[in-house]
Amino acid sequence: MKHARVAWAGAIHSAIADGDQLRLADGTRLAEEQVVWLPPVQPGTIIALGINYADHKKELAKELTLTSKDEPLAFLKGPNALVGHRGRTRRPADVVFMHYECELAVVIGRHARRVKRADALQCVAGYTIANDYAIRDYLENWYRPNLRVKNRDGATALGPWWVDAADVPDPHALELRTFVNGELKQHGNTCDLIDDVPALIEYLSSFMTLSPGDLILTGTPEGVVNVNPGDEVVCEIDGLGRLVNTIVTEGP
Amino acid sequence: MLVNFDSALSIHDALAVPAGRAAAEDRPLAAWRSTGAFAPPPIATAYGTLLNHRDALAALGDAVHQPPHKAPPRSPVLYIKPRHCLAGHGAAVEMPADADALEVGAQLGIVIGREACRVRESDALAFVAGYTLCSDLSVPHPSYYRPSLRYKARDGFLPLGPWVLAARHVPDPDSLEVVVLIDGREAQRYSTAGMQRGVARLIAEVSSFMTLSAGDLLMLGAGPAATLARMGQTVRITIEPIGTLEHRLVAEGVA
Repeated sequence: MKHARVAWAGAIHSAIADGDQLRLADGTRLAEEQVVWLPPVQPGTIIALGINYADHKKELAKELTLTSKDEPLAFLKGPNALVGHRGRTRRPADVVFMHYECELAVVIGRHARRVKRADALQCVAGYTIANDYAIRDYLENWYRPNLRVKNRDGATALGPWWVDAADVPDPHALELRTFVNGELKQHGNTCDLIDDVPALIEYLSSFMTLSPGDLILTGTPEGVVNVNPGDEVVCEIDGLGRLVNTIVTEGP
Repeated sequence: MLVNFDSALSIHDALAVPAGRAAAEDRPLAAWRSTGAFAPPPIATAYGTLLNHRDALAALGDAVHQPPHKAPPRSPVLYIKPRHCLAGHGAAVEMPADADALEVGAQLGIVIGREACRVRESDALAFVAGYTLCSDLSVPHPSYYRPSLRYKARDGFLPLGPWVLAARHVPDPDSLEVVVLIDGREAQRYSTAGMQRGVARLIAEVSSFMTLSAGDLLMLGAGPAATLARMGQTVRITIEPIGTLEHRLVAEGVA
């Protein structure tokens, strides 16, 4: 099942996506364009991974100081960063390079503390798509990636919905694609994750408790390019859907 | 005198009078001794600020210009403590088995009272609900470049409280003395006056790209030098007129 959160007719609703329609709890059926899409999860802790695809690591090699890594490069985000499907993300006027990052996002479904790899997928409620924008102009080499790059208001699109884990038989065989104004720019497959979903859950739960509603954004493959106001950025993952976002100029 | 608790934010409306000081210290501690640890104030998201004290940054010397940093920080150096870090006054915090000591980042916690987005420095204090005490714990780590989450984001690694003191009782948050006792001996004493960015300026700079919501915690930053605490030791942090926060460090599996 596909679980969405939407605003419609003056209230916030949970909704199930059914074909090209949304069904509210009371049976009301709505078209995609009739609602305002909210991030499908009201998140607890949001964990994101840097450089978790081998090809993206190569792509960033010039600016990376690290030569090898012995543990996942995880960082945290606040709830202010999230924006739903068909949302807008602001590009500051003074920057040169802002890029999208299409990522498989894991929705945690039960408490996880010191979970072993073999049991890790039992803690997963489902999966969704994240587009975790970064503004490289603001990158500083202190507690990377600094929040001004990676925790800006509305710069992490999430959705359109989350899909039950039972409907995603193998989370490590999913194609990811990002289109900018209809043109394919980024292409990868979750089979190339350096640390896969069970490895990430085992690693994170070794020192912190994961709880229902926590999110793990698993990182992005190569193929990130600059985007500008007016660009429509669509992130697609097999079986999970397509997440649409539009870049706009930062307001006053 | 314990006057009022705002249920939404647990705002402790203590009166900062000499008689009230004694009460604010003794009564909650007495309650804690009989009932166990306090619950932490109900914080939404906890944001920390690193190297805000001028002497802390100065202590790095020329290293700030060397790789991997290449330049001193321009924006506030921020990090997030996830929800499972939060612990209350009186907490027993588990130390990881492979750590000899933990770094105690004793500091002022700013609790946001209403949504703060692109706030001007001159208006910023009006967005503060109150202040609390924070013991931001870390496994000591050498690098400020890209440290692992396992140094700072461990369960229980942010004892805070015992309460949030309403902002009107703290007229100048940029001249508070922070005193840290480890097992009763003074380990650190510094003033929030030494910060590169004071409370209002920090809120203004952070809210320029990141909206702070009611209930969010923004930590002002730790003192000039690292304070270490070891297994079995008790950490006691006092910032008047807010109060005193106390917690212990125990072995993994003991709490």
